[in-house]
Amino acid sequence: MLAYIIRRVFQSVIVLLVVGLVAFAMFRFVGDPIENMLGQERTQEDVERLRSKLGLDQPFVFQYWKFLKAAVQGDFGVSYRQGRPVAEILIERAPSTLELAAVSGTLAMLFGLGLGVYTAIKRNGWVSNLIMTTSLIGVSLPTFLIGILLIYVFSVELGWLPSYGRGETVTVGSWSTGFLTSSGLKALILPSITLGLYQMTLIMRLVRSEMMEVLRTDYVRFARARGLRESAVNFKHALVNTMVPVTTVIGLQLGSIIAFAIITETVFQWPGVGLLFINAVQFVDIPVMAAYLMLISVLFVGINLVVDLLYFIIDPRLRANGVGAH
Amino acid sequence: MKFKETLLATAILFSAGASVSAETLKWARAGDGLTLDPHAQNEGPTITLQRQIMEPLVARDMRGVLVPALATEWDPSDKDPNVWVFKLRQGVKFHDGADFDSEDVVFSLKRAMSDESNYREVLASVVDVRAPDKFTVEIITDGPNPIMPNNLTNMLIMDKDWATANDAIKVQDYEGGQSTYAAKNANGTGAYKLISREPDVKTVMERFDGYWGVEQFPMEVSRLEYIPIQNAATRIAALLSGEVDFIQDVPVQDIDRVVDADGLDVRRTSQNRVIFLGMNQGDTDLKNDNVDGKNPFADVRVRRAMNMSINRLAIQEVVMRGQSEPAGIILPPFVHGWVPELDVVQDPDIETAKALMAEAGYADGFSIKLDCPNDRYINDEAICQAMVGMLAQIGIKVNLDSKPKAQHFPLINNLESDFYMLGWGVPTYDSEYAFNFLVHSKGEAYGSWNNTRYSNPEIDAEIESLASEIRLDVRDASIRKIWDQVQEDVLYLPIHHQVLNWGMKSGVDTIVDPEDSPKIKYFSFK
Repeated sequence: MLAYIIRRVFQSVIVLLVVGLVAFAMFRFVGDPIENMLGQERTQEDVERLRSKLGLDQPFVFQYWKFLKAAVQGDFGVSYRQGRPVAEILIERAPSTLELAAVSGTLAMLFGLGLGVYTAIKRNGWVSNLIMTTSLIGVSLPTFLIGILLIYVFSVELGWLPSYGRGETVTVGSWSTGFLTSSGLKALILPSITLGLYQMTLIMRLVRSEMMEVLRTDYVRFARARGLRESAVNFKHALVNTMVPVTTVIGLQLGSIIAFAIITETVFQWPGVGLLFINAVQFVDIPVMAAYLMLISVLFVGINLVVDLLYFIIDPRLRANGVGAH
Repeated sequence: MKFKETLLATAILFSAGASVSAETLKWARAGDGLTLDPHAQNEGPTITLQRQIMEPLVARDMRGVLVPALATEWDPSDKDPNVWVFKLRQGVKFHDGADFDSEDVVFSLKRAMSDESNYREVLASVVDVRAPDKFTVEIITDGPNPIMPNNLTNMLIMDKDWATANDAIKVQDYEGGQSTYAAKNANGTGAYKLISREPDVKTVMERFDGYWGVEQFPMEVSRLEYIPIQNAATRIAALLSGEVDFIQDVPVQDIDRVVDADGLDVRRTSQNRVIFLGMNQGDTDLKNDNVDGKNPFADVRVRRAMNMSINRLAIQEVVMRGQSEPAGIILPPFVHGWVPELDVVQDPDIETAKALMAEAGYADGFSIKLDCPNDRYINDEAICQAMVGMLAQIGIKVNLDSKPKAQHFPLINNLESDFYMLGWGVPTYDSEYAFNFLVHSKGEAYGSWNNTRYSNPEIDAEIESLASEIRLDVRDASIRKIWDQVQEDVLYLPIHHQVLNWGMKSGVDTIVDPEDSPKIKYFSFK
């Protein structure tokens, strides 16, 4: 088990390094930050001076090396756009993205599992059919369209919910939370539906098909034949056995909820790291882009690691094989 | 619908409001100010936000007219033509209660002239700034500078003691490792004081009751919330739902929607920004065309033909939905040196244009790449698409290449583009600014945005003379002469002056600022 973790962590570090290298190679194609940093009155001399000062005239490998050296000491540089330390900006922005991801992830998981199980058991009921049909909307409509649609219905026409921002937030330590005010909670509703809808339908459809598969197997039939209660059969025997693939997907989806909150955050002017990243790309804010990409890859790698470890807990067969092999 | 009722109610509330009001104005715009450090970013939204909190010596009102701010009088010195003397306003307080005097001006202007400042070039002609007494400041230039006050409208004044106490003497530096207190905090003399700022989220300001101009300006907004909302649809939704009171950038396709909504208005004016195309006419051969060994743009007949093939009225009507003013010159109408006869719009004349092309030896046309931004000007990419069709009429096959601004502008400045779109505003409201950047040959101090490779030594000398010509009639004659030559040579292909559309609740009373820089102290409520 320990050897397995060490090996995975080692692999993760390599993945991170490669992601960083690719990112730095790409930055040259995003544009020239100098254009945005100096006003239109700048001279060629100013441009050259700033370029060499920032080291942008050096090959990207050197820039990457410089970034890595500073990053391992916790210094991600200063944002070209805001002129403040990147670490400070990320810490300021992280709570809003994490809160949004937590709410939409929880919604997606609860409704995804619940509805998936329901539609698998009541396969041919009209409620199931209705759920299945409406879930098609969730997978087929693009996120920004769902967001704008929700804004027009609930903000402009009905006036119930805010169209942008986080509402009032309360700061606890360095964490600003929207959970403690009514406007903060209201502001969470539309973005978390927008962000979680796709994940919810995905989980639901996956749970349903896995569950239907399992319900056909012999041990479920035997369980039924033994006269066990229907709920025990469905949840203890069937659902648990569908969880291995479902956990993988939920894990990866959790990562993408955070990483791809970009679109939802842009539509709702949600002040999280996704919005920060979009602004960074437009401004060619290299320190912020680099830190964000590294952070997201750490996140994905970390989630993958956790998911792998969860397999051990869910599936006893893996446990036996894993230990045996090492 | 509910939102309309709320709006009506608010409108009634506004109309009943007395002059001493406690009104909040929620003001949204696509972009946030990047920093509160007044000398770190020479960028529109940044200056606009800072201007509510800090002030220059000389300001512009909402019509673009030069008015006294922290200076009450200014004149060139009688003794030395290289010196401008500014008399400062007395009894002015900073928001933290400190007194304003000449020491703060000297400190701030020197800060703006420092290496890290974004305004270095604007003050390039300044040699020294000194304070003979507490309320007089002298600016010494390297030669007579007739339009010095015009260059000071963006130079905001900080409190020297505050900057010293908070380690903000130097302009914020991207190299890091140093305090960036001034990026998020500000202490000015402006009509609004900063209450809180969360970058990209919200900046809250409150009316400063100790403001020197309390009696002179309406100042009916008592609390000001500045909220960046990037997505245009969300911004419009926020205005329609009544969550914000004023938005600065209404997309042209949404104007009718806002006008039709009860309790909302759109107000407009032509902006201090003209959109045009530039052509590489200096190189002997172009990289991005299909003609070998020759540069078609070098022939003035080709440029004239291209100018004739553009149907500016069609662009105004179809692409801009009426929201533009066709242009005949690359100078906004309110800038000194603009005269109506220079801004006569060229009528499309395809037959003459074809004849000119044939005369120049390009009867069969040629192909060329047009570089265009897609996130900088209003409908920029669509204008370029229209250009493809229009130039095809005279046989020029345009390959459109549109990119985000971060990639477009380097193409221009690294001289990699032969045919490009550019927009230009003139913050000094004087033609000299446009000449320095767009007409003078590209070199160390001049022509940094002239990527047409156009170089006319006679015109260069004429442009350089403007900087120190204090006889205004002679200077005006030079300006006219240069513009006539620019028009004669078809240096650029002007397209239109942009039009600004501000959307607001009907209760908000303001005119539209041609620089797209609202000064909230002028706002009132009906």
